[in-house]
Amino acid sequence: MAATETYITQSPDIACSTLGDDTIIMSTLDSTIFVLNSVGTAIWQGADGATPLSRIVQDKVCLEFDVTGDEAMADAKEFVDELARHGILSVSSQPVSPGEVL
Amino acid sequence: MLFPKSEEAHNVVIEIGGLPIEVQTTDAGFERILRGRYRGYINAGAAPEFALRVQLTQPETFDADRDAEVWVEDREWRMERGDFRARWSPAQREGQVFQSANPYSIDSVLRIVHTLMLASQGGFLVHASSAVRNGKAFLFSGVSEAGKTTIARLAPSDVTLLTDETSYVRKVDWRYFAYGTPFAGEFGEPGANVSAPIAALYLLKKADENRIDALEPSVAVRRLLRNILFFAHQADMVRQVFESACAFVAAVPVFQLSFFPDQRVWDLIR
Repeated sequence: MAATETYITQSPDIACSTLGDDTIIMSTLDSTIFVLNSVGTAIWQGADGATPLSRIVQDKVCLEFDVTGDEAMADAKEFVDELARHGILSVSSQPVSPGEVL
Repeated sequence: MLFPKSEEAHNVVIEIGGLPIEVQTTDAGFERILRGRYRGYINAGAAPEFALRVQLTQPETFDADRDAEVWVEDREWRMERGDFRARWSPAQREGQVFQSANPYSIDSVLRIVHTLMLASQGGFLVHASSAVRNGKAFLFSGVSEAGKTTIARLAPSDVTLLTDETSYVRKVDWRYFAYGTPFAGEFGEPGANVSAPIAALYLLKKADENRIDALEPSVAVRRLLRNILFFAHQADMVRQVFESACAFVAAVPVFQLSFFPDQRVWDLIR
């Protein structure tokens, strides 16, 4: 049985800006601020709801930052869970159509 | 003109940050309060962008414990606090304020209106003292007790103070300018009514020595946002303020200024 894929989508309730290597994200619901480093930024930019997290990690993280797949995937899941807890990302086991908000 | 002709108007045009607002009242005593509070910022010759009609009421009309709230209703901004109630329609270019005859309520209404106006233009009000030296403006920001007024008090004679408490930042043609404000802190005196391009923002920290340290942009944005005044919590307003702070940090050098409270700190500010 194939492992379930994870799809991540940026929340519409955020404001976001890239300064230098960092991406700064603010929740417009409670003004909480998150600062993503370059690896976090790579995952964030791939969070289009259509690309599986495993593909984002493989293409954006492993290739660009020279880390192994298992290690990168474990860190990415932790990162995604953290942002999802704060409503910055939404997580789905199915691809999300453009404009569809979970 | 909002008042019927039977009532005598005692109107005052207050121009802060290049934005003239006519405060309309029929009370001569309140007009005197306004002229005293906003001396240096009265511009009778300016064409007002809009008018605020002040309706004086008794203090007990309000719920004294109510914190400031700002929201949109029927396409108008509504503002309420324990000492005033106000509405402002940008489209109609007019508003109305209910308050008692004191300078603090109208001062708060003006601050809120200016933050709303500035937000759509990439500017903001920020808890900071500011000053002009050699044609350049410098902002000194921090929370209460960080040293905003102390820095202002230590300024040498070639420095023009814009405010010791609330700085006015406007974006004009992709450059940021600081304007003098009458919004005073412990000084109790309005700042000079002048403006200059902003050369740097210093985030204050009291220390045993004077030192300037560069800040990571993300740290600068976080700390700047803590000090920007914003009262409205609608998502689009929050987004505008956030984007304004990020754009400001991308364009203006932001440092941490650790300082020992004596005049030598100004040797670093040029």
